[in-house]
Amino acid sequence: MARRAAIVATGQTHHRSIRRDVNGQELINEAVMRCLEEGELTIDDIDAVLIGNMDHFEGINYVDCWSVDGSGGFMKPTIKLTTGGTTGSTLGIAGYHLVASGAFDRVLVIGWEKNSESDTTGAINTAFDAIWDRPFFAGAIAGLAVMAQTYAHLYGATARDAARVAVRDRHHACLNPYAHLRKETSIEEVLASPMLADPVCLLDMCPRTDGACAVVYAAEGIAEKMCSQPAWVHAVASRHMYSYISDADTGTGTMISMERASAELYKKLHIKEPRKKIDVIEMYQPFSWAGLMWIEDMGLCKKGEGPKLVWDGATDLGGEIPINPSGGVVATNPIGATGLIRCAEVALQIMGKAGDRQVPDVNLAIATGFGGCAWTDLLAYGKKKPT
Amino acid sequence: MDRAAIIGIGQTKAEGRLKEFNYAELVYPAVVAALEDAGITIDNIGNIVTTSNDFWDGRTISSMATGDVSGAWDRNISCVEGDGAFGAFYGMCRVLSGHYDTTLVTAYSKGSESVSAYITNAAFDPIYIRGLGLDMVSACALQARRYMSRYKISEEQCALVSVKNHRNGLDNPNAHLKLDCSLQDVMNSPMICDPLKLYDCSPISDGAVAVIFANQKKAKKLGRKPVWVKGVSLCMDTYLLGDRDLAECAALTKAAKKAYQSAGISDPRKEIDVAEIYDAFSYQELMWTEGLGFCDRGGGGRLIESGATGKSGDIPVNPSGGLLASHPVIAAGLIRIAEAVRQVRGEAGRMQVKEDVRTALAHGVNGACGQSHCVWILGRE
Repeated sequence: MARRAAIVATGQTHHRSIRRDVNGQELINEAVMRCLEEGELTIDDIDAVLIGNMDHFEGINYVDCWSVDGSGGFMKPTIKLTTGGTTGSTLGIAGYHLVASGAFDRVLVIGWEKNSESDTTGAINTAFDAIWDRPFFAGAIAGLAVMAQTYAHLYGATARDAARVAVRDRHHACLNPYAHLRKETSIEEVLASPMLADPVCLLDMCPRTDGACAVVYAAEGIAEKMCSQPAWVHAVASRHMYSYISDADTGTGTMISMERASAELYKKLHIKEPRKKIDVIEMYQPFSWAGLMWIEDMGLCKKGEGPKLVWDGATDLGGEIPINPSGGVVATNPIGATGLIRCAEVALQIMGKAGDRQVPDVNLAIATGFGGCAWTDLLAYGKKKPT
Repeated sequence: MDRAAIIGIGQTKAEGRLKEFNYAELVYPAVVAALEDAGITIDNIGNIVTTSNDFWDGRTISSMATGDVSGAWDRNISCVEGDGAFGAFYGMCRVLSGHYDTTLVTAYSKGSESVSAYITNAAFDPIYIRGLGLDMVSACALQARRYMSRYKISEEQCALVSVKNHRNGLDNPNAHLKLDCSLQDVMNSPMICDPLKLYDCSPISDGAVAVIFANQKKAKKLGRKPVWVKGVSLCMDTYLLGDRDLAECAALTKAAKKAYQSAGISDPRKEIDVAEIYDAFSYQELMWTEGLGFCDRGGGGRLIESGATGKSGDIPVNPSGGLLASHPVIAAGLIRIAEAVRQVRGEAGRMQVKEDVRTALAHGVNGACGQSHCVWILGRE
């Protein structure tokens, strides 16, 4: 690679259902200021700004232009990226490339969403082809329910297995002061919560959140001076494979984009036993069932063995391979920020700044993004510089 | 630092309404043409950056619509929202970061399915401005007035840009409007929003473009006629129109200065052989030529009158006809890059400004009244 790059500072808002006290620019600015403060930086230290959200949620066109007073992009290069649910992870990948390319030394990356101003499902429906897909696509929840049904049918997983994932993440969220939903939940409560789309219940599902997240990437040589323990990018991989929902693999029990992207990532990382090598994962897991299916697609266990890994406690904080110590997406979901929060959280884990949700001795951490038409983004961060 | 080159370009002809194609079908021929132009297949493409805009497409996650036709299946892909020149910048960075040998960048617009006034109105502040009914045309009319009054630019001087670019468009096989108009025709064309008359405004076109970037090693191996990126820079001004002096374009000046610096250009008027710039309205070409340093502040009017920006002038601007001849929104900036590549290769046909084009400039814009600019310097070496 041209040059190494690392996350040197992160900042996020205290995520909430509705932030009536701020508009979008102010919400963005809150995360930016926290990020700059943590890095002991001013906006003058920043060479370029990347920003992303999903336009139709807030109904603002050209968000990069509109948000400049909050983002700090004034008289700087500013670019907007949007790829749906993967927006935040897409931003995380872009921040890395912009620094690694030598174009900029320090890049501020911002993901945000003010979901309370949106009709989330209404907007998501328009993601699909107007003629072929839109008439029968009933929002994200139904699509995810189809994935879960198929997986349950093929591998015998149960709603109780999925509820165990929800209980784990909702417990972790109680340790994260920035998380949106912070309430201990029992398996019985998850199972008894209202059915949204069989087999997905309310407490299996992510919320809609108002929130923003910002990180600063810096180049090797600068990063070490800015931060005592930078979170070095080791590898990135994406698969956005489908344009039509009818082409996607919702009926196979496997998310092929996750499988392919993981294979690429592990190849780049030179690792053959991901479960042994990876210390923590922040997964863009929009509902509990994904916490069973996608850990299999990431190769942490064999197909069909996801529930066992979860029941064994391996994915709990304190387990062999903790997943979502932040509480993950079922606790906090400001969509355009969600993927970037995964990157920020693993960076905090590597920096040793994750507070009560800290996993000890994190050397290699993975952040994932999910979105669009069953798409995957993956980012691997490490304590040491990549070789 | 590695260097990047453009090794392939492909474009559809822009039209007012390409009824028989959806967005994706519009992009596909541009991608195929770019691959053919580079003499490679999709298997040689390391990764893809699409450029789109959810509002223009009436589709959230608009990038989803064109991934498959851009050859993204089982490949790394990303999406920039906004003008194609900005998408190209990210595409280039993904080559320079050492992860990919090549990036395919696509941009498209099917403006015929959109209502520009509503879509561009949504770019303004929802509380204080939108209700006033401001859209790109009326906002730019305000800017035109401010610029014209500040620097004593006449409507006729603006109209000369329209005459020049529409005539240039006659030479461009991909142009949408084929309009041989006189100064009087422009002046007599219907008033759209004072002082902008119909022929001062770019049309809204359907069209697509694809450009392939490669790193130095790959460009030398694959590229039949690589055109090298010598400098590129971006800069964004403040948002609220009242916070800016609309007669000025500080962001463009800053972006240009930096791009010139990287390219080792000290006298842009002398060293640049041709410029393809973002003339969404006739007055903008005058403003941007000033911002790019082709003349002094306020000198844009005299520059067009002197004929210097004509095809045989000393600094030809928009020999392709620019946006005034075809404006597939979002694709427009990437089309400027493709046209600049043609000029450097000496393959611009009747648009070619001279045989020996060493250095060409391409320019893209995001936001109202030129809030955000992207300046590219391309060259043969």
